[in-house]
Amino acid sequence: MSDNTLNTKQKTGVVQTTGHSWDGDLQEYTNPLPRWWLWCFYGTVVFSILYWFIYPSWPVGKGWLKGYGTVDYTITDKATGGTVEKKDQHWNTRALLLEHLSEAANDPKRKEMLAKVQAATPEQIAKDPQLMEFVRSVGKGLFGDNCAACHGQGGQGVVGLYPNLTDNDWLWGGSTDKIQETITLGRKGFMPAFGAVLKPDQLDDVAEYVLTLSNEAKPSEAADRGKAIFQGQVGGCYYCHGADGKGLASMGSANLTDKIWAIVDVPAQKTLQDKKAQIASFVAKGVNNTRIMPTWQNRLSPTDIKLLAVYVHQLSGGK
Amino acid sequence: MSDQTVPLYQKRIPIHPRSVKGRFRTLKTGILTLAYLVYFLLPWLRWDRPNAPNQAVLYDLPGRHFYIFGLTVQVQDIFWLAGVLIIFAILLFFVTGLAGRVWCGYFCFQTLWTDLYMMIEHWVQGERPARLRLSKGPWSREKLIKVSATYAIWLLVAFWTGLTFTMYWVDAPTLVVDFLLGRAPSSAYFTTLFLTTTTFVMAGLAREQVCVYMCPYARFQSAMFDHDTLIISYDRQRGEGSKGRARLGKGLKTREERQAQGVGDCIDCGYCVQVCPVGIDIRNGLQYQCISCALCIDACDVVMDNQKWPRGLVSYTSENALNGKKTTLLKPKTLGYGVILTTATAVLIWSIATRSPYTAMVEQIRQPLYTQLSDGSIRNVYEVKLNNKLTAPMTVGIRIEGLAGATLDMDGMERIALEPQERIKLLARVRIPPPRVKEGDAHEKRDDVHEKDDLEHAKVTFVVEALAGATAKPIRRNVPFYVPDHD
Ligand code: SF4
Ligand code: SF4
Repeated sequence: MSDNTLNTKQKTGVVQTTGHSWDGDLQEYTNPLPRWWLWCFYGTVVFSILYWFIYPSWPVGKGWLKGYGTVDYTITDKATGGTVEKKDQHWNTRALLLEHLSEAANDPKRKEMLAKVQAATPEQIAKDPQLMEFVRSVGKGLFGDNCAACHGQGGQGVVGLYPNLTDNDWLWGGSTDKIQETITLGRKGFMPAFGAVLKPDQLDDVAEYVLTLSNEAKPSEAADRGKAIFQGQVGGCYYCHGADGKGLASMGSANLTDKIWAIVDVPAQKTLQDKKAQIASFVAKGVNNTRIMPTWQNRLSPTDIKLLAVYVHQLSGGK
Repeated sequence: MSDQTVPLYQKRIPIHPRSVKGRFRTLKTGILTLAYLVYFLLPWLRWDRPNAPNQAVLYDLPGRHFYIFGLTVQVQDIFWLAGVLIIFAILLFFVTGLAGRVWCGYFCFQTLWTDLYMMIEHWVQGERPARLRLSKGPWSREKLIKVSATYAIWLLVAFWTGLTFTMYWVDAPTLVVDFLLGRAPSSAYFTTLFLTTTTFVMAGLAREQVCVYMCPYARFQSAMFDHDTLIISYDRQRGEGSKGRARLGKGLKTREERQAQGVGDCIDCGYCVQVCPVGIDIRNGLQYQCISCALCIDACDVVMDNQKWPRGLVSYTSENALNGKKTTLLKPKTLGYGVILTTATAVLIWSIATRSPYTAMVEQIRQPLYTQLSDGSIRNVYEVKLNNKLTAPMTVGIRIEGLAGATLDMDGMERIALEPQERIKLLARVRIPPPRVKEGDAHEKRDDVHEKDDLEHAKVTFVVEALAGATAKPIRRNVPFYVPDHD
């Protein structure tokens, strides 16, 4: 060791040790700290005391000291823009997150893009790459918050319960306008129960016929009998599903000629017999108060609904 | 515990180095001038850049672009920074192994700013004896004026250092005006204040304490030293002779007289100690406080020149040379560092030189994995992320290959014009006609219709190419294509 001084005459002094020794020869110096170092140490002590006053710190009984620091945040209602919850809380990370979220909603860039969405027609939005990027990112959040509980995170739905929004088959129409209408006003699916009207073998025949419409079954005598029921006064199915079985968007009736099954999971059944049985039992029961899409006009703003409509439309293929 | 009382802290003893003229001082002043010219003037240099800021070197954090002359570094290229840091680290090892603390002595910010502050101190308060007198003397009018003048100039330098640092992150001329008018962003004030304070404290007040107590490099550099490393050292044999050093005195005037009496060449004038910025005596041997500034060499050379004795009593040498052995510069360690250094530099240059003017990423949207459409065809959906890295517009085309019969639908955005530096995410739908299920007997294969079983690990390749505004190799991205597995 040398001394860190200018004067060479100042003696180098014997280095002091703590007097401990380990392993026979390991000793510990007791060199004094530089003064600034010591002050920094006192500084950290002061800092920690200030910290206790501001942030949650010591456990006390079953609770803890909450500190005097606060976070305030507001949650606004999506449809009306009014304040739902305004809170001034002791410092905690949940409140901090809510504060950041409420700030994010007021982000000028987001507001600017929302104004553009509001002003543009769905067709204009679909042609603008930037707007579509915005719609996809915001739409994903809106969809996740409001729609995904039934239709699934990606809009794939659940066969038999909630329609798949990613395919190109629509019960109530797949144009952006129609989707917007559906979200705004809601929908209620209905099909009469035929269990009391048709005998079991008649139900079987109808099922056979329905399967021929989408080439799941080959033409047969049973199918011909079913066709007579479907197209005639006995069943009267064609009122809603149309004489060609393609369905009517105005009534929300299903297209029976394509590969997509909204209610009866035909592709999942292995044998033709099972497919037929499933369809027959469904026709017997019908749809009543089981397929209801709620209205969203009281919960979402018109711009949010438009944005969601464009989002859902592009999920399905955008055509 | 020992019985002796140990003081709670060690008081810093102020160091007032004497100035010196010589080769190394001139070299240091040259490096210092160059470094300051670069640091203080660079933010003011303009660079012609259409559609982007015209500051030659600008680190635009909110815009996530680093502009360095003709090079624009974007977030995804930030690994170059890691490369640069690695290269600097290896360079440091290389140089330290070879020539000791060259970084400390000539280039370190701490050394450069401390040097400047000492020059100011010297200019206002005079040479070492005058400064010593002033600092030891009682407070007087003269002391008050001189000390406050020194502090004022220091503060000014510190402030301009801080403000200049801030200029690297925003447009320099705008910043200076905004700063003085009080309308610059608060982060600019904070950064400037922080840098002003640290500069003032580190270069004005703490000085050698930084090197001795705070700097990690100062602590681990000794691990890179060996017996061949260049160090600054006092030639003990020559300086001390057999009887030790002695001042010039009667009968000890010439070398011959001194040698006859067994006295060494060191005349114990103390000049080498007085010039030392860290306040040590090089004659006590290699010490960890020594920053290898070489000023003691200059000092001793001046003294030796005066005596008309050969120079080099204090000089750059190595431990081996001091012990009369040969100094080998090409050691395996140095060669190893050299090879790594060259390789790392070459890789970095190659990576920068072959950078693409745009990036393209394709990611599958896996919720749902696939969709069966009404005619039985299968669709997968992908997100295509494009980024134009140029400061000029370009047009990019996207197509797919590698999956027979597949069609791409991007709502007309298969060909898209990108604004300068635009980033965008597009949706891409890929659709194949209904795959056929094998029905026991062999049937004729068609190129555009897939057998279901062949699709198990199907992939599709997105090809993104620059159509206008840039020339580059197309970017190809391979992504999976999923089909339903039940049946
Ligand atoms: S001992 Fe010499 S080289 Fe080392 S810091 Fe002091 S003056 Fe500089
Ligand atoms: S400057 Fe040279 S001669 Fe003077 S004390 Fe130092 S080593 Fe000795």
